[in-house]
Amino acid sequence: MSAPLLSIEGVTKKYGAIVALDGVKLDVGAGEFFALLGPSGCGKTTLMRSIAGFETPDSGAVRLRGEDLAGVPPHRRPVNMMFQSYALFPHLDVFENVAFGLRRKGEKEGAIRARVSELLEMTQLAPFGARRINELSGGQRQRVALARALAPKPALLLLDEPLGALDRKLREETQFQLKEIQRKTRTSFVIVTHDQDEALALADRVAVMRGGRVEQIASPIDIYERPATRFVAGFVGETNFVEGVIARDDGLAFATTFGRLPRAQCALPEGARATLSIRPERIEVAREGQGIAGRVEDYVFRGEYTLLRVRVAPDVVLRVGAYDGRFAIGDDVKLTIAPEAGVLFAAAA
Amino acid sequence: MSRFARFGVLAAGFTFLYAPIVILAAMSFNASRLVSVWGGFSTKWYAALLENEPLIASAKISFAAAVLSAAIATFLGLLAGVALARFRAFHSRMLFFGAVHAPLVLPEVVLGLALLSCFVAFGIGRGFATLVVGHVTLTMCFTTVALLAALRGCDPTLEEAAMDLGATPVQAFALVALPQIAPAVASAFLLAFTLSLDDLVIASFATGPGATTLPMRIYSQVRLGVSPQINAISTLLLGMVALALGGSALVMLLGKRRGL
Repeated sequence: MSAPLLSIEGVTKKYGAIVALDGVKLDVGAGEFFALLGPSGCGKTTLMRSIAGFETPDSGAVRLRGEDLAGVPPHRRPVNMMFQSYALFPHLDVFENVAFGLRRKGEKEGAIRARVSELLEMTQLAPFGARRINELSGGQRQRVALARALAPKPALLLLDEPLGALDRKLREETQFQLKEIQRKTRTSFVIVTHDQDEALALADRVAVMRGGRVEQIASPIDIYERPATRFVAGFVGETNFVEGVIARDDGLAFATTFGRLPRAQCALPEGARATLSIRPERIEVAREGQGIAGRVEDYVFRGEYTLLRVRVAPDVVLRVGAYDGRFAIGDDVKLTIAPEAGVLFAAAA
Repeated sequence: MSRFARFGVLAAGFTFLYAPIVILAAMSFNASRLVSVWGGFSTKWYAALLENEPLIASAKISFAAAVLSAAIATFLGLLAGVALARFRAFHSRMLFFGAVHAPLVLPEVVLGLALLSCFVAFGIGRGFATLVVGHVTLTMCFTTVALLAALRGCDPTLEEAAMDLGATPVQAFALVALPQIAPAVASAFLLAFTLSLDDLVIASFATGPGATTLPMRIYSQVRLGVSPQINAISTLLLGMVALALGGSALVMLLGKRRGL
């Protein structure tokens, strides 16, 4: 990655006693698909509105191509935003909605027609140019909002929960469309979402936020497989948290109430209290053989796998993904956790 | 309740509300000079109106004052509505809100008297200008209430979207918010227009010689006895107010059709 397109440098924003952003630092490269992921109230929307110019950070800088955007009002920033509610203009037709940004730039009528047609084509809205907004379906509105935000060729496109209002089926289809449009236009996209599936599916890199801070910035695979903090592990995907102590006496292991789990590597010292985060699908389950003995307490059929709740100790229940075989409540099973599976976090002091 | 009884109640209600007006309108077509005796259909009183120069002059003054004061009151109401709906919290916001709404319940006599003492205190000669000022004071609270409601129903993120797409804040308001509240602006104007047109109390305090409004003229003539000419001019006044209110309702309806 060459010089970043957008860099956020220690941005802090407070509303009275509430800290919305607390020293946020991140870079977004040219042509990158970047996601801000976090629960509601984590500051992701405030960060996005600071980039668009609707909020003024108390300290820190937002730079676009190296230039500080402080004091530049929203209408002079080469950044466009797709609003969560779409914010389409109800008194204009689809064509004029998409043309709005171009008209403000004072472009020639011919150039406007060509650009709007190109975008309507790209978003499969070509036959709907003369329609009014209240005559469109939710999915069509979403595409009008996208076309409108892309029309002035922004250096950076911000998308606030772009798929939030769509139903499940449409959402997956739209995810592919978004990715394709992003590739075609080679525009940097910054998407804000609370939906981890959306972030993992769409983005090249994901920033997980919590309480106004960035917890981790990494590729979707690293976020999922190598979460930097316990919060990231718990927020992204399903996981089990197992409490225990590091033991090095007889080879590196993690001692828990239901047995010793051999570990491949660990930087923590002997005797340190720690938490192991292990994904349900990383635990292997068998009817017999070696492993941790447990009993199936409950199960949920999920289609491609069955999620089992297996009690391995009086106070420990593990969630395990079983990809084949049928299990019933009360079955005795053996669980195996590979030495390199899962991630260890030092217990908070 | 039987259908008959329901219809009866409805008829009684309408009679109570509108019978006097219907009688007034009917009497304006009375050929007889006597108000209480029907002497056949005639439009001669309407013809006579055209000859009655003081009445025509008053009608012109009333109409001009109504158009001008309604335009000013709508503009000021729009500004007040924007301040109350869009600016988050400013000191004295509640005070401003209350001050804007107070004339709704303030006795008109008090408001008129206050205006009169104010004009006298500042040595302002009373006439057409003070009449317009008085009517703006009276009608601005109504336009503010109507426009504030419209602005509250209009999503502020639309203006943000417009600014994000390169519109200055003023452009964003003019190109996005204003078209959406246009029906409310039109109906606020028409409401202010009708209020000003038929106001008697404020006008009699605020205006001066040479700017006698139509309601004032009618009132002073009625004291000398009800003439069919008065019935005719009142019917015309009524027609104009009905037209304005009908127009306002139509504008609102068309706005709804367009999905605003």
